[in-house]
Amino acid sequence: MDKNPGQPLLALDRVETFYGPLQALRGVSLTVAEGAITAILGNNGAGKSTLLSTILGVLDGQPRQGSIEFDGLAIDGMATEKIVRAGISYVPEGRRLFPELSVSQNLTVGGYIRRDRAATRRTLEQVYEFFPLLSERLSQPAGTLSGGEQQMLAIARALMNGPRLLLLDEPSLGLAPILVRQVFDIIQGIRDEGVTILLVEQNARMALSIADEGLVLENGSVVIQGPAADLIDNDEVEALYMGVQTRSPQSGSGT
Amino acid sequence: MLLQIVASGLSSGSIYALVALALVITYKTTGVPNFAQGEMAMFSAFVAYVLIVDYNVGFVVAFGAALVFAFVLGIGFEGVFLRRTKNPTHLNLIIMTLGFQLALFGLAGWRWGADQRRFPFPVSANEVVHFGNVTVSTLSLATISIALVLMAAVFAFFRFTKLGVAMQATQQDAMAARINGVPARAVVALTFGISSVIGAVAALLTAPLITLDPTLMWDPLLKGFAAAVLGGMNTPIGAVLGGYLLGIVENLFGAYVSVEFKSAVAFLIIVIVLWFRPVGLFGRKPPRKV
Repeated sequence: MDKNPGQPLLALDRVETFYGPLQALRGVSLTVAEGAITAILGNNGAGKSTLLSTILGVLDGQPRQGSIEFDGLAIDGMATEKIVRAGISYVPEGRRLFPELSVSQNLTVGGYIRRDRAATRRTLEQVYEFFPLLSERLSQPAGTLSGGEQQMLAIARALMNGPRLLLLDEPSLGLAPILVRQVFDIIQGIRDEGVTILLVEQNARMALSIADEGLVLENGSVVIQGPAADLIDNDEVEALYMGVQTRSPQSGSGT
Repeated sequence: MLLQIVASGLSSGSIYALVALALVITYKTTGVPNFAQGEMAMFSAFVAYVLIVDYNVGFVVAFGAALVFAFVLGIGFEGVFLRRTKNPTHLNLIIMTLGFQLALFGLAGWRWGADQRRFPFPVSANEVVHFGNVTVSTLSLATISIALVLMAAVFAFFRFTKLGVAMQATQQDAMAARINGVPARAVVALTFGISSVIGAVAALLTAPLITLDPTLMWDPLLKGFAAAVLGGMNTPIGAVLGGYLLGIVENLFGAYVSVEFKSAVAFLIIVIVLWFRPVGLFGRKPPRKV
């Protein structure tokens, strides 16, 4: 499975992203190891979501500087559809389901790029194993699902492409604590199936508990980077937990 | 008597239903009604006319060519004009469709004049078929069946094919479709191509009933709008049902109230629906974005 042992699956080198005159990412360099969960932590506005959108190429003309390599392929400047075809799936902030389409149709769109029907069916069975609830609501419009179910569907839809790398933006947002635990267990399960995961989370403690690697963004720059186990004990990360706890969870939409 | 009126209503309703469906498909994608829909269809009908009359081409080939032309015209209109709108607000896009309508109308007038031309068609508007007390022209029968088959095909495409589902997804959230690997731009263009073909079929069925001139689709477009508003601009099935309903109501009104004001029914319906049920009879309020 690993074509280049020792090589990272994803590598960003001095990436700079702008919103008009505003700089959102400042020289971000990082690597994501194949088969690992990498957690990106940071406060609102630190550039976490921007980092994921930049990787997927959804921001026109970004990154302005720097390079992004996925499995040895330069993907910066590529069209989003092509980046998805290369093997990256994305669960955006706010889920962005198709509200009027049924659960099953949402999953169909998720597998849009695949031509191999047998492989799609296998993935679908796997997805039903991860999310048994969804298989009971296949004909229900996505807009009528509960928040937790919608999050499950958003992750399930992203898996339908059979990605090698999964980008997850705030999967715990707006979920009850018991559901958060469930979602994080599933994320671990997906990693165990061999999918590499890049996880953006405000809930730092929870994210680090399942991550292998972690990094902290501040003002668009990487300020701390290291094994998740080390970050849990790091004072600055500790301060970040406090920051999260004193801030209202709805204080901003992120960038 | 009543059955006869309903039967006539189904025939004109088929045209309204086709136009309404064509309008709704692109409305759901762009959020604006395409005012050029009628003229695009009229132009496609002229393509068939020229091939048949000036070049002696057979019906099948001429109609096929007209539909291919309509498809290319729809894709071209989206790709060349709409997509390049720098600031694609609803108003700007509406103005763009109005501009395209005027351009096509002017072009058709300049090229073919305002003469009312008899449109050759394989089925006659004068031959009739009897079903008990009800008399239907073979043209009406053809119109009703062709519309039904086409609409069934369109609905099956949207519902059961991966591309059709992806088109619906793009209508609901283009960015979300892109992050799932759907080439949203191409899909939007394809939406306009399909919509233009549906409109062209309506025009090819309207021209033999009346005559062909550049104003061919003015009345059907207005009625198609009314039908779409009546059924619900956001629901393709609702818009189609609205088309049949309008056709029948209009004929009832013509028979029992006034033939002169028959066309005013469409406007009256728009007013009443917008007053009391702006989402249309079969429309639902769009669910909140998730």
